[in-house]
Amino acid sequence: MLNRIMKAQRLMDAACLRLGRPINVMEVCGTHTVSIFRNGIRPTLPEGLKLLSGPGCPVCVTDQGFIDVVLELAEREDCIIATYGDMVRVPGKSGSLETKHEADVRVVLSSEDAMTLAERHPDKTVVFVAVGFETTTPATAVAVGEAAKRDLKNFCVLSGHKLVIPAMRALLSDKNNQIDAFLCPGHVSVIIGSDAYIPIVEEFGRPCVVAGFEPMQVIEGIAEICRQVANDAPEVVSIYEGVVSREGNKTAQALMDTYFEPYDGFWRGLGRIPGGTLRLKEAYEQFDAMRRFGIEEIPAEEPQGCRCGEVLCGLAQPMECGMFETRCTPDTPVGPCMVSSEGACAAWYKYGRRRRRNG
Amino acid sequence: MDEERDKRILLAHGGGGRLMGSLIATKILPRFANATLGQLADAAAVKVGDTSVLFTTDSFVVKPLFFHGGDIGKLAVCGTVNDLAVAGARPVALSLALIIEEGFEMALLEKILDSAAEAAREAGVEIVAGDTKVVERGAADGIFINTAGIGTRIADLSMKHIEAGDAIIINGAIGDHGMAIMSQRKGIEFDSPIQSDCAALSPLTCAILEGTDGVRFMRDATRGGVAAVLNEIAAGARHDIELVETQLPVNAAVQAAADMLGFDVLDIANEGKVIIVVSQASAAAVLETCRAHALGRQAAVIGRVLEAADDEAIVEMATVIGGRRVVQMPYGRELPRIC
Repeated sequence: MLNRIMKAQRLMDAACLRLGRPINVMEVCGTHTVSIFRNGIRPTLPEGLKLLSGPGCPVCVTDQGFIDVVLELAEREDCIIATYGDMVRVPGKSGSLETKHEADVRVVLSSEDAMTLAERHPDKTVVFVAVGFETTTPATAVAVGEAAKRDLKNFCVLSGHKLVIPAMRALLSDKNNQIDAFLCPGHVSVIIGSDAYIPIVEEFGRPCVVAGFEPMQVIEGIAEICRQVANDAPEVVSIYEGVVSREGNKTAQALMDTYFEPYDGFWRGLGRIPGGTLRLKEAYEQFDAMRRFGIEEIPAEEPQGCRCGEVLCGLAQPMECGMFETRCTPDTPVGPCMVSSEGACAAWYKYGRRRRRNG
Repeated sequence: MDEERDKRILLAHGGGGRLMGSLIATKILPRFANATLGQLADAAAVKVGDTSVLFTTDSFVVKPLFFHGGDIGKLAVCGTVNDLAVAGARPVALSLALIIEEGFEMALLEKILDSAAEAAREAGVEIVAGDTKVVERGAADGIFINTAGIGTRIADLSMKHIEAGDAIIINGAIGDHGMAIMSQRKGIEFDSPIQSDCAALSPLTCAILEGTDGVRFMRDATRGGVAAVLNEIAAGARHDIELVETQLPVNAAVQAAADMLGFDVLDIANEGKVIIVVSQASAAAVLETCRAHALGRQAAVIGRVLEAADDEAIVEMATVIGGRRVVQMPYGRELPRIC
């Protein structure tokens, strides 16, 4: 392992030296962010190499307006809110699900659990708050299919599912972006396949390297990015061999296509992204919570002073936010990047504080 | 928001993290103000006549009640025995109080009592007092247990004795209890399921304290795991701590389950693991005593105590890939009802 690390480090050093300017690598996914911190990778990188945490944490990219919709539904006496754990703590304009004591909020581990809840509580409507990228969407699709088959009338989905590629495109379309390359998430790539990144390379000329979450994968992924940047030879490379195929998981893709369609939904920090969010197709509209309750998604302002939006775009580091570590901590989160364990602010807080203080 | 948090108890108030710390410091301690309680030790030192007795209590609300490697009965005995053991005591006697939900199956109750009795026998303590309450359906989740215990002091252990250069030893692999419970709750199955390490530590701690010198301080790494204990030690002793990741004993299945669920093994609860801070000179002898004992076969030196480099003492870890990172106090909301 030591040999591989040293080889990767030599590649990085050589690239930084040759380029003579900083290289900014965005790790798109929150799982990579956590792996980088947990394994202490940052201090081993050359000085000129900067890692930017991207919009890959589902809870973090969920727009404030969506959170407010969830809180609004939670106030209805005829609803049970079924959600993944982290969503419970994201603050909206009127507290969070955690502090809404009158609301019936259940933390579920899967879409299947949410459906079981609906079967057990026929007198209530279970709203499954479905967030996540291509990794969780197929499971939601299965649940909707199953609900349709069982004619489950009191189950619906509030979809905040997101797509990775449109987000990458939106980031690069911003002329202020400082991104030289992407470290692409292993698990999303298992579903969408590495070929999905080809348009990004062709359109924007940025390297896209797919890596797993083991520290060696991350280091070698970054080294491969450095090699490409230094040689000005961007391409899609997967070093997650044997796990990620070029075409991805066709079954999961077909499931998503059957039940969902992309639309121009809102993202925190990134605004409206063309084709970036998924909603249920018209044939399944009876399971769409937005349509069932006649709700419109209105983008809401972020909490005052919160810079999660900029952090998600790689335009600010967590500690550049005036509230980081002071008003905003994991116990008293102001923005979602401090709530989710995969959020950039939470990761900096948990693993990186001292190192920052010491420069 | 902040006001809302102050109005009612949240799960995080019982999670062993910062919110719980502030609840204890601002609501509980001032009302019972006394020097013994104020030390917040694993067990309180009380003089009974001329004898120094260590006294402690703990409540158990684990879910599920039965898990691989134990159940709430065994846990209730081991938990209190361990609080006494790590405080430097030989446990003598326990009380056991049951709060049972109406309708709870008698056969399950007997199973729980049997394993409590067996655990007490193994730890060499007697259960000498008890209480039984039944509450209406829905007022408790099956069964809750409280135990209290007393022991005689065999060593004077304190964070104040810790010095730079001391070694940090653990008696075996970390994260087993928490991961056994979590994987069971989340329905993750392995070919051979992860077993909780739930065990009474007093036979091991007594062997160490009676057979070696140089032990400064011990604490069992329960809620909040090794990360919590080491941070408590760093803050209490005002010394930095350096952990070496490659030295940390972790079972492969536990590591796999933790990775899958996004947990850091350092944050995960144990129920049969003790962190021992020992002088450099005695480290080898303590390690040998551990490894010779059934409860310490996988014991290892996992780090050392350093002079604090800053006002705030911290725990840092040298990682597998040659990097470094801070090991923070867990926030204590990740695993409710783990014990």
